Amino acid sequence: MQGAGFQGPPAIVLDKVNKWYGAMHVLRDVTLTVAEKERVVVCGPSGSGKSTMIRCINRLETHQEGRIVVDGTELTDDIRALDTIRREVGMVFQSFNLFPHLTILENCTLAPIWVRKMPKAEAEALAMSYLERVKIPEQARKYPGQLSGGQQQRVAIARALCMKPKIMLFDEPTSALDPEMIKEVLDTMIGLADTGMTMVCVTHEMGFARQVAHRVVFMDRGEIVESGAPGELFENPRTDRLKLFLSQILRGH
Amino acid sequence: MSQSATAEHVPTAAREQMKIPGLGPWAWARSNLFGNWWSTAITLALGYLILRAVFGLVEWGLFNAIWSVPYSATGVPDTGVCQEAKGIGACWAVIADKYRLILFGRYPYDEQWRPAIVVLLFIGLYAVSAMRRFWRKDLILIWIGVLTVIGVLMYGGVFGLPLVTEDFWGGLPLTLILATFGLAFAFPLAVLVALGRRSTGLPAVKMLCVLYVELIRGVPLIAFLFMASVMFPLFMPEGVNVNKLLRAQIAFILFSAAYLAEVVRGGLQSLPKGQGEAADALGLNYWQKTGFIILPQALRLVIPPLVNTFIGSFKDTSLVLIIGLFDLLTMGKVALSDPPWQSFSTEVYIFLALIYIAFCFAMSKYSRSLERDLNRSRLR
Repeated sequence: MQGAGFQGPPAIVLDKVNKWYGAMHVLRDVTLTVAEKERVVVCGPSGSGKSTMIRCINRLETHQEGRIVVDGTELTDDIRALDTIRREVGMVFQSFNLFPHLTILENCTLAPIWVRKMPKAEAEALAMSYLERVKIPEQARKYPGQLSGGQQQRVAIARALCMKPKIMLFDEPTSALDPEMIKEVLDTMIGLADTGMTMVCVTHEMGFARQVAHRVVFMDRGEIVESGAPGELFENPRTDRLKLFLSQILRGH
Repeated sequence: MSQSATAEHVPTAAREQMKIPGLGPWAWARSNLFGNWWSTAITLALGYLILRAVFGLVEWGLFNAIWSVPYSATGVPDTGVCQEAKGIGACWAVIADKYRLILFGRYPYDEQWRPAIVVLLFIGLYAVSAMRRFWRKDLILIWIGVLTVIGVLMYGGVFGLPLVTEDFWGGLPLTLILATFGLAFAFPLAVLVALGRRSTGLPAVKMLCVLYVELIRGVPLIAFLFMASVMFPLFMPEGVNVNKLLRAQIAFILFSAAYLAEVVRGGLQSLPKGQGEAADALGLNYWQKTGFIILPQALRLVIPPLVNTFIGSFKDTSLVLIIGLFDLLTMGKVALSDPPWQSFSTEVYIFLALIYIAFCFAMSKYSRSLERDLNRSRLR
């Protein structure tokens, strides 16, 4: 499944990963390799297991069979391996999940100070530089509740970047946003893509996929059905499932 | 006529404003209390009853009250005046005569300045803890310091203070000791139990916490105190003697913690799952996640039921009567056992109630302001 001409050492390897919720088989033999600096967009109908897969990569969900290797470390029950991986993998959620009782700046400095053991002043300078990059430095002293959804999601991106991760995971980052705010978040992500970050992004934003993805992966019913370069995949879907999905997406937009 | 003419020229917005009910107390009263003949009748009837009750109380408690009685040469109070005024006026002389016994119990009379200072120290400690600008790590040191001073003052035996063992402690200081030490230890324990009960990775810990909460909640506090006082010594090796106050205190801590743990668990459960996941994804470890993200939010959600439980626990201290500790309420009973004052229980209980109300009302008032302050930062 190595994608569309992108070569490099692997950053994430999923090898025959299986997962069940009780009797429900939510991931079926998922095998996927993401190379360093590669940008992969995962799409698929709801319930296809795409969020579950991305959440397995930093072990917010545990898989039951198969191997997941992130940045050379295999995900096991070993808590130290998990700590290493979570330090190197940033995640952005659909519902932002900012900490409402902390200011924007505190949201961004908490993990660098306590996990990276960075001095407070340094962490704040770093946070401000990332807040500037997502274009909201003036909100640093406010609380998340005072910001719009788009601004909150940009803070969430800045918060993840403050840990200087090697890999960024995005779990439907624009699905909870009002239409007029989607662009500001996508622009931020495009800006991030330009820096050469390894990215895995679950999204239905096909324009975004075309513009930044090296490879698009289509999932349905817990398995990877097709994958390939965005242009090729969208123009020439080989399976009926992808055709159906694309027609539904296009009708929806 | 000219008035109605002007009224017609009032701009619409202003006219709308005039129609809004509830502008000023009179408008409010007219629309809510005297809206129709039926509510007018109820208002008048209830108003009459309330006024009568208030006047009756003021007359009994203030105007017809007897504030002091003569004493015989041997120091026995002559309560004849009070007996005559019974039912017409309150006999506050009983409080004047007995307040030191009620407040400080059987603590040696000449040393009662010590428990008096202890009470003031407790109140000062509450006041300092209530102020948010003192919410720093030093506050724990202040607590340890003040509680040590309180222990030294009560117990004595050093710095030239005569030794007063806990058998002689009683009244308000005892109530405050039980409540303060009780909640100060019960609360952290409760947080741990609540966290343990929700832990997924440690089934043994979870079982233990569930067992603890369910067992203690299934037993009345009185039975629990009784066990601590009567049965516990039977299990101890001979010669080991844990004193009665300490046993009651531990029983009280364990009991309050079980209830508080359930309140805290409620807060933990009402937090969205995403908060913990975001903390995990950032690489925070369990205690960092719990301390920085989960607890600050969960506890703030449960301030009202938390304070509710605090108030309940504060009043529950009066149950130590059952194992022969002389808390505030018990001292009221003791004061009433003095023959001349036996028939003036109403006055004594009102006095006690006022003390309990003062503490409980302060707690509930503070909880409301705390809720407002803490929510302001996140909702504005």
